[in-house]
Amino acid sequence: MLQLVLFNVTNGLIVGAFYVLMALGLSLIINLSNVVNFAHGNFLAIGGYLAYMLTPYIGFWGALLVSPLLTAVFGYVIEQVLIRHVYARNHIYSLLLTFGLAFILQDACRFIWGPAPLPLGIPDILSLPVTPDLFFITWYRVFMVAVVVIAVSGLFAFLRYTRVGMRIRAGTLDLDTVSALGVNVAALRSYNFAVGSFLAGLAGVLAAGQIGLNPNMGDDLIMPSFIAIIVGGVGSLTGTLLGGLLIGVAAALTTVFYPAGAEAVIYVIMGLVLLIRPRGLLGEEGMLS
Amino acid sequence: MSSAILRFRHLQLLIIWALLATVPLWLPMLGGYTALAGRVLVFALAAMSFNLLLGFTGIMSFGHAAYFGLGAYGCGLFLKYVASSTPLAMVAGTLLGGIAGTLFGLLLVRRRGVYFAMVTIAFGQVCFYVAYKWDSFTGGYDGLRGFARVPLDFGLFKFDIASSNDAFYYFVLVVFGLAVGLQALVLRSPFGRTLLAIRENERRARFLGIPVERHIWLSFSISCFFTALAGSLYALLNNFADPLGLNYIMSGNIVMITVMGGMRTFWGPLVGAVLFVMLQDYVSSMTTNWMFFVGLTFVLVVLFFPRGLMGMLQKRAGT
Repeated sequence: MLQLVLFNVTNGLIVGAFYVLMALGLSLIINLSNVVNFAHGNFLAIGGYLAYMLTPYIGFWGALLVSPLLTAVFGYVIEQVLIRHVYARNHIYSLLLTFGLAFILQDACRFIWGPAPLPLGIPDILSLPVTPDLFFITWYRVFMVAVVVIAVSGLFAFLRYTRVGMRIRAGTLDLDTVSALGVNVAALRSYNFAVGSFLAGLAGVLAAGQIGLNPNMGDDLIMPSFIAIIVGGVGSLTGTLLGGLLIGVAAALTTVFYPAGAEAVIYVIMGLVLLIRPRGLLGEEGMLS
Repeated sequence: MSSAILRFRHLQLLIIWALLATVPLWLPMLGGYTALAGRVLVFALAAMSFNLLLGFTGIMSFGHAAYFGLGAYGCGLFLKYVASSTPLAMVAGTLLGGIAGTLFGLLLVRRRGVYFAMVTIAFGQVCFYVAYKWDSFTGGYDGLRGFARVPLDFGLFKFDIASSNDAFYYFVLVVFGLAVGLQALVLRSPFGRTLLAIRENERRARFLGIPVERHIWLSFSISCFFTALAGSLYALLNNFADPLGLNYIMSGNIVMITVMGGMRTFWGPLVGAVLFVMLQDYVSSMTTNWMFFVGLTFVLVVLFFPRGLMGMLQKRAGT
């Protein structure tokens, strides 16, 4: 029993870590650009497929580094070509635009790489279990959590200590003032979108190593990411972080005791949060509401 | 209103109803079939109900599939488990979706913008998962089968909507006509005018002493009841309720129909539904990569035709 609980808690932390990576990227874009990117899950898939293409040439470690960067470039281009045109318009247009984009990207992945699942080769050392007693904890799982911790710390350091990062945070609070102070808001939003895409790409590479690749691999992650953001509170990245971990672990623990309710529990948590604390755990009152 | 605009409006109404009333005559000649027109009317009703919220209150829900699907399931479950009466089943479906929407609305009214949209999406997915997981009751992934619409019994005579497609089409048309007539009345009432005021400037409406939250909640609720009515018609049309009808992709389709037709116009969603059903029918018969083309249409409409077809026509007519 202990082993089962432990198995599910570690599972929950890993799933939660994915939710966090996805949700932080989405959250960054929502905060600064007011755009809910439906295609974020497809950016994740693209990150995974790019890693699949790159691994034969530069190995897994190289792909882990390069593929998210290419995903960021891809995101930047998408932002430049499509998304920036709808910032000034009713929000419904940005939703529809990214919704259509998600369709296009998913079908494009299916067209290019085929509908069948593909494996991503990981270094042998990572597929070994950490100890024989807990066979289900492979080094890859430890490695995934470590990468997510590093990425999230890196993101928070970036936002706190770099000029662009500080401007992004300031823009989240009051974009008009930031613009009035002479910051190029359009460029800032593009960089920010690229950072969000980078996180999606990174999540894609990590996920591909664990569960393999398929054209709609991001679909199962996008809805929990929305919920992580709602639970954590729109406007707060720390809230998103907490929300993602919370629903990941909650879903995993529910699997132990009541498997059928595993997916339902995250919606129950969301409902409770909205009832008791409508702005989310760490959301600011008035932020985007 | 100038007489030119009035004449435009009357002409528009005349054309719309004349075309709709004669569908079984001209549609087969164009290579269509009457059930396709039924689909158009059902989607049009769903989108027009949604547009009460988007176009006339300025509130953006991205989860209307939930109420559409609940209407369908409510109708189907009633026919399957309770009693075989078409009108009662429609009432059941409409109540199920409408009441669910009214309750969700209570949690929603203080949210705005993308946050409102995100919460509505998440609520929609709750309904999707319930229908998807509750195999024994809802049929799960395969959808709800094992029910069929039954003829209407008026005592003196029977109207056989079960076996005659044309009869069923006219039944849908009558329900559609009553529903959009009611919607037009709501929009013309002082309540409807207040919704427009909220859409145009929420802060000013608040300063004028209008209870904005209560109006948005009522508007949301009314919209959900009508959407659920459309959903119950959809279940009758197919004799089937599909869990994918509850999915956020369906919500996206409803939004798309509305925008494609013109979200600031009353009849826009009907035009959008015609375009959408034609596109879906045509593209899915031409290629397996239909998602790519539907997605491309979404992107192109957003970038180049944000007003929608009716919006562009009305602008040209000077209204």
